[in-house]
Amino acid sequence: LPRLLIVYPWTQRFFDNFGNLSSPTAIIGNPKVRAHGKKVLTSFGEAIKNLDNLKGTYSKLSELHCERLHVDPENFRLLGDILVIVLAAHFGKDFTPACQATWQKLVGLVAHALAHKYH
Amino acid sequence: VLTAEDKKLIQQTWGKLGGAEEEIGAEALLRMFHSYLPTKTYFPHFDLSPGSDQIRGHGKKVVAALGNAIKNLDNLSQALSELSNLHAYNLRVDPVNFKAGRGMGTDAKPRFSLQFLSQCLQVTLATRLGKEYSPEVHSAVDKFMSAVAAVLAEKYR
Repeated sequence: LPRLLIVYPWTQRFFDNFGNLSSPTAIIGNPKVRAHGKKVLTSFGEAIKNLDNLKGTYSKLSELHCERLHVDPENFRLLGDILVIVLAAHFGKDFTPACQATWQKLVGLVAHALAHKYH
Repeated sequence: VLTAEDKKLIQQTWGKLGGAEEEIGAEALLRMFHSYLPTKTYFPHFDLSPGSDQIRGHGKKVVAALGNAIKNLDNLSQALSELSNLHAYNLRVDPVNFKAGRGMGTDAKPRFSLQFLSQCLQVTLATRLGKEYSPEVHSAVDKFMSAVAAVLAEKYR
């Protein structure tokens, strides 16, 4: 999540009430950002346990992001790509092309599921 | 817009690759062919299996072009102008690639296919640099690749 806010600074618009986002250092150290990052990744964990029903898993979150948070679904794609890069940095060589391909598919499907309830 | 700090980070990062540039080019291409199947349509004449000489050769070309761009960060337009012509007029790599999806409907967004190469190059760099691929470096490289893609797309119409 800190990376999203640093690499694509316009995404900060959704986090006005998170306090100090004035520099990469501030963002990385910001406890609210870290806590939210944890929430997001935990939700990914849920998705992985329910790969056969992503739309169901994300149904409530989709409504939330559309009706209350007003997040452009394009942002889900950005976050997905960032997650893949973070995994690559973490796992190094083990993050093979085949592994990446699968994860790119997953983040695409999650982004799609999150956008599903938009109207 | 690439700041002075961005340019420094990019040059430093490229410097860290220590001669592995060719492998990195080949790996980025391979990852792209794996993750983004439509990109294969531009290479029907290539052997696309891992270790293929053609992928190595092409990866080397791509990385050389990027290396040249990095030496000319203040004038990307000129440094890449021949490549821009090539991609627009000869290769005609589709700059607008609707994301293949299951009934995407309103959330289908056009994506520049060079973005796929950018993502895969970054993944390749991240696997090699680990923690050193910090958010700041990530941001600088992402901006650089966007700038490269923009120059390559300039001549399309």
